[in-house]
Amino acid sequence: MSTGFSFISSLLLIACFSHSYAYAEYQSLGKSAEQLSTQAEWNLTITPDGKGLPIGKGSSAQGTKIFAMKCAGCHGPAGIGGSAEPLVGEVGSLTSEYPEKTINSYWPYATTLFDYIRRAMPIDAPFSLSANEVYALCAYLLSEDDIIPIDQELNEENLPQVSMPNRDGFIAIFPDKY
Amino acid sequence: MIKPTDSRRQFLQKIALGSAFAGTFSLPVWAAQTKLSLSDDLPEWMKTSGKGFSNYGQPSPHEQQVIRWISANPDALGNGVSWTPLHDLQGTITPNGLHYERHHNGVPQIDPTQHTLLVNGLVDKPLSFDVASLLRYPMISRTCFIECGGNSNSGWRTNPIQSKAGYAHGLVSNAEWTGIPVRLLLQEAGIKTDAKWVIAEGADGAALNISIPLEKLLDDALLALYQNGERLRPENGYPMRLVLPGWEGILNVKWLRQLRLSKQPAMTRDETSQYTELQPDGTARQFTFIMEAKSLITSPSLGMMLPDNPGTYQLSGLAWSGRGKITRVEISADGGDTWTDAELHGPILDRAFTRFSLPWHWQGDYSVLQSRATDETGYVQPTRNDLVANRGTYGFFHYNAIVSWEITETGDINHVYGI
Repeated sequence: MSTGFSFISSLLLIACFSHSYAYAEYQSLGKSAEQLSTQAEWNLTITPDGKGLPIGKGSSAQGTKIFAMKCAGCHGPAGIGGSAEPLVGEVGSLTSEYPEKTINSYWPYATTLFDYIRRAMPIDAPFSLSANEVYALCAYLLSEDDIIPIDQELNEENLPQVSMPNRDGFIAIFPDKY
Repeated sequence: MIKPTDSRRQFLQKIALGSAFAGTFSLPVWAAQTKLSLSDDLPEWMKTSGKGFSNYGQPSPHEQQVIRWISANPDALGNGVSWTPLHDLQGTITPNGLHYERHHNGVPQIDPTQHTLLVNGLVDKPLSFDVASLLRYPMISRTCFIECGGNSNSGWRTNPIQSKAGYAHGLVSNAEWTGIPVRLLLQEAGIKTDAKWVIAEGADGAALNISIPLEKLLDDALLALYQNGERLRPENGYPMRLVLPGWEGILNVKWLRQLRLSKQPAMTRDETSQYTELQPDGTARQFTFIMEAKSLITSPSLGMMLPDNPGTYQLSGLAWSGRGKITRVEISADGGDTWTDAELHGPILDRAFTRFSLPWHWQGDYSVLQSRATDETGYVQPTRNDLVANRGTYGFFHYNAIVSWEITETGDINHVYGI
């Protein structure tokens, strides 16, 4: 009886004196993940400064072949005309009557291309491409609209340096304009 | 055109009184029960044992038409959406089997014993959490809507789409989510002072990643483990997902595997090439997180018809706002010339569906039904003309204009663009 009463009392005390009593007492159960955090599979995100890019290289010529084998089924033989949205062309179309948001007309950073292809493409086999193959696909897609020269090999050093045509086309609504 | 609430009550009272008198003057009930056997007059299901118990209940087979409408890429069946049939539902809670879906590469079949959540980046000590541990944390429940940023995007087209209400506007659903305040997990790892963003990543076949302002995760974000009382459905993120009340669906990352604190957003595909809104001047709005106030009459709506002319109909619909509570919904039956306040059904919750209704006496004339929501910040749902004037028609995302249903003289219902 008295045990029960004091148990209730302690709950009331927590309720009265703690601002967010629901969280007043809980056990921290996170495990140290220093080691895990260094592993590649937990460092997939690539930022515009190139951080996270793996070592590798690829050319447009190599990318053309990979694209035909692994991408053209959905994206069309030259990156347009498939069931997926067009990937290339239409640079400068954003202010036209029929704007088209392709990689080369719309995407602000080339690093995003590597990040996205590696994690999500081909859609039936994500993470199946090697780093070199992803660099090659980036080189192929970017060279289609002369964003890089057709003979330029892309690697972890020069991919972040690629200047995308719509780099300054975005206006951040958060946080200032709410 | 719209009868005020008082006249509705009087109308209903008269009907009730009429029925009472009719009962008094008809034959007594027992007089009809003098037959030896009732069996001829009773339905089959009253004359036999019913079915046995079930481990997990299913809707009546007579409700099989109440389904999500799937729209997926034929070359990649896991890339697409399914729409909640808002026009077939009442109340405010979306049943778990009907919650809308947006998947970028299908629904991963995750073994919870093999799933890890990693909190790392700009933290004092990176931490990993397994599902069994997370189930021991203190949890709260929060009823809120989740809406895809691309919901209602057919509204940008030149011609109004002739789809049922839910199959044009049902990339939004409302559920009670139960889980752990995300801030508890971030605080356990120790947030470094230069952390401003968090890159969330899913464990699906797209490893979907997106940047979220840290302040939202410290405010009201949940790591949800339960949906309407049961563990998350696989298509809604099992074993765990983010729920960010009022913010666009893409940020509510399903199958969450990582929260990586950083100084800057990562500029991922889904915050640059997608979920940004191209404007007529060629610039695009980015990081448009809040889903603005919106409402929709779900009944009557396209695909239904008005059987009685004249007749009284209960106009019913849903309103919601990513900024807070709905404070007012007005209804027009004349395409926006005159407006009447609808009744809001409580409890009115912050950033959750609010059901509204209004009885309407239809006289058989051409009508255009509209609803217009206002939220507690004073934001008023825009007309389509105003929205298009501000944004153009190539924004694709964040379409929240007033929806108009045309009622023809024969009681048919079409989707039209109002003012």
